[in-house]
Amino acid sequence: MSRSAAAAPALGKDLVGIEHLGARQITSILDTAEPFKEISERRIKKVPTLRGITIVNLFFEASTRTRISFEFAEKRLAADTVNIGASRSSVAKGETLVDTARNLEAMKIDMVVMRHWASGAARFLAERIPSSVINAGDGAHEHPTQALLDMLTLRDHLGAIAGRRVCIVGDVRHSRVARSNIFGLLTLGAEVGVCGPPTLIPPHMRELGVRIFHRLEEAIEWAHALNVLRLQLERMEAGFVPSLREYNRIWGVSRARLAAASEPLLILHPGPMNRGVEIDSDVADGPHSVILEQVTNGVAVRMAVLYLLAGGRPEKAEAAKAEEVA
Amino acid sequence: MTPRPLWIRGGRIIDPAAGMDATGDLLLLDGRVAECGSRVEGPADAEVAEARGLVVAPGLIDVHVHLREPGGEHKETIATGARAAAAGGFTAVCAMPNTSPPIDDPASVGFVVAEGRRAGGARVYPLGAISVRQEGKKLAEIGEMVAAGAVGITDDGHPVMDSGLMRLALEYALPFGIPVADHPEDLGLSREGSMNEGLVSARLGLVGKPNASEDIHIVRDLLLAELTGGRIHLQHVSTAWGVEAIRQAKARGVRATAEASPHHLILTEAAVEGYRTDAKMNPPLRTDADVAAVRAGLADGTLDVIATDHAPHHYDEKESAFDDAPFGIVGLETAVGLVLTHVVGEGLIDLPTAIERMSPSPARAFNLPGGTLAPGSVADVTLIDPARTWAVDPTRFLSKSRNTPFSGLELTGKAVMTVVGGAIVWRDGG
Repeated sequence: MSRSAAAAPALGKDLVGIEHLGARQITSILDTAEPFKEISERRIKKVPTLRGITIVNLFFEASTRTRISFEFAEKRLAADTVNIGASRSSVAKGETLVDTARNLEAMKIDMVVMRHWASGAARFLAERIPSSVINAGDGAHEHPTQALLDMLTLRDHLGAIAGRRVCIVGDVRHSRVARSNIFGLLTLGAEVGVCGPPTLIPPHMRELGVRIFHRLEEAIEWAHALNVLRLQLERMEAGFVPSLREYNRIWGVSRARLAAASEPLLILHPGPMNRGVEIDSDVADGPHSVILEQVTNGVAVRMAVLYLLAGGRPEKAEAAKAEEVA
Repeated sequence: MTPRPLWIRGGRIIDPAAGMDATGDLLLLDGRVAECGSRVEGPADAEVAEARGLVVAPGLIDVHVHLREPGGEHKETIATGARAAAAGGFTAVCAMPNTSPPIDDPASVGFVVAEGRRAGGARVYPLGAISVRQEGKKLAEIGEMVAAGAVGITDDGHPVMDSGLMRLALEYALPFGIPVADHPEDLGLSREGSMNEGLVSARLGLVGKPNASEDIHIVRDLLLAELTGGRIHLQHVSTAWGVEAIRQAKARGVRATAEASPHHLILTEAAVEGYRTDAKMNPPLRTDADVAAVRAGLADGTLDVIATDHAPHHYDEKESAFDDAPFGIVGLETAVGLVLTHVVGEGLIDLPTAIERMSPSPARAFNLPGGTLAPGSVADVTLIDPARTWAVDPTRFLSKSRNTPFSGLELTGKAVMTVVGGAIVWRDGG
């Protein structure tokens, strides 16, 4: 597929969110991800694009799939990586975020991939260190690479984003995945809905231009694709929903509910899934589920982001991957 | 030590309590106002302060400041806070009791009074806690604290959730003639919040404090004041409905006074964009409609006083992720400039009304000396240069802390001399 080689607007130093990216910037990342998909299909899954670049994966919250996806992306581009995990309790007693950042910087690194519990943490870091910062999730704010991989998957299957209807189902209130998807999809011209119990949907979402559904049946009737969010157990404990059982019966995505749709809906889930809570197994494993493709696309999108932030040009991505590891 | 007589000449004397706004002279003698009029002669040994082009006002009073001592001396001390107040044109401040330990007994009230006297800046009047350790369970020794110098009681910082206890406080305070001040906030609605609940919080992924969390307690407090006949003082009102509720209650004769803070008169939640921790305060900055209502409330007198809620925090504490940063901004050294530029300068109220809201009105709310230049009253005077243009430079603050969202802002109007008890405690250097 040949896309426009006209210079796309640069990403800048960091990727802290989708909200302030333009349509051309988002499209440029997705386009750059396309050629990188193929690297993961090779026998030797490695190109020397980021050789000599040092990347720190700084995870203040437990994460398995995002961290591993970034690690694969980094290693397949031949970057040198270090993983740092720190729980909230250990950090609270010790070093401040700004000191952690300065110490990393003093070791002369090039990029930081950070997951943090606080909204705004990625921007905070980006404003204080010269290295590139990639937000791997900050509080309930943004998770930009997740939204990018979701959009890449949607584009692969729906042919385009503009004009398509995507509904995000579940705990929108606490979800950084939801915010990044809303910003990105709206920028690319999709219609966006959110669906869930009112306790998990911030009322002001409507002002963003998002359609709010409280009944899943209506959302299914409206949407071309559902992006189903994980319902965390602590939401029930905090009283946002009375029980997981009731949640599943009212907002769980089931085959019976989907059967009412005139056309089959594409099913996405950022993982990890609670089978039998927000999504039933026969949907997750069903013919219209693209959940594992999302995981595959995640590596390609992250390679694209790393490549672009390291100074790569979108139009040169095809050539870059042709290089062999020495 | 009695200061030399001070003869302030040729200024525009604005004494709202006396209905005076005219060019004249003022003579301060033995800590009191001796004479105030169009032409006053001073004794030969008097120190002369030429006030041509300046406004001569009764000393400004800030009824809501946090001086952090004891327990938070890295943020502020009573001494630095009292001097910062003087540098901002305030001759008196009311210190909130949410220190560590809190000011909840006569001995700790006495400590604040004594440290305030030693500071040599603005007068420091403590408020005592409503409840023991500000835990909201049992009344503190209110009568003893008043005897030791407390001018009011409040659990500001840890607002009283139990309406039954609030009722008891309003009743019990009656014979002591002091107001019960409340930071109106229903924590059940707002405890996790770090900014206003609205579109900005939804976008930034921050938990919001809805207006209702403030409104519910404003209405509760007004109803309890009505029930008990007590005096309620509502702190830093930030919501449109809160202002309206106070307006209606006052019309019914409820004994209520209320504050507007400079930041709630000027800034909206938009200042939080970019996760600016210097725009994190409680109550939070709200919407345009709320700012308009607070301004209207100040103009029509529903909100009686301008108070800063001066809340110093150390640089390190604000240099953090938004959720982790403490609430509050410093206000003592920017208040006059902000009010003159963005409240008077924009035509909301005239200068005499602004002085009314910053001197006689707060004095009445807490039964404090001052608030007038009538002969015989305390010799607390603020001289203001209404034409002075200056830029807010936090590195020049006398406060220990620098946490202000107004850094770099150009303002017109500045206090240039502060006189407490007839002594010049601060004079602008340039």
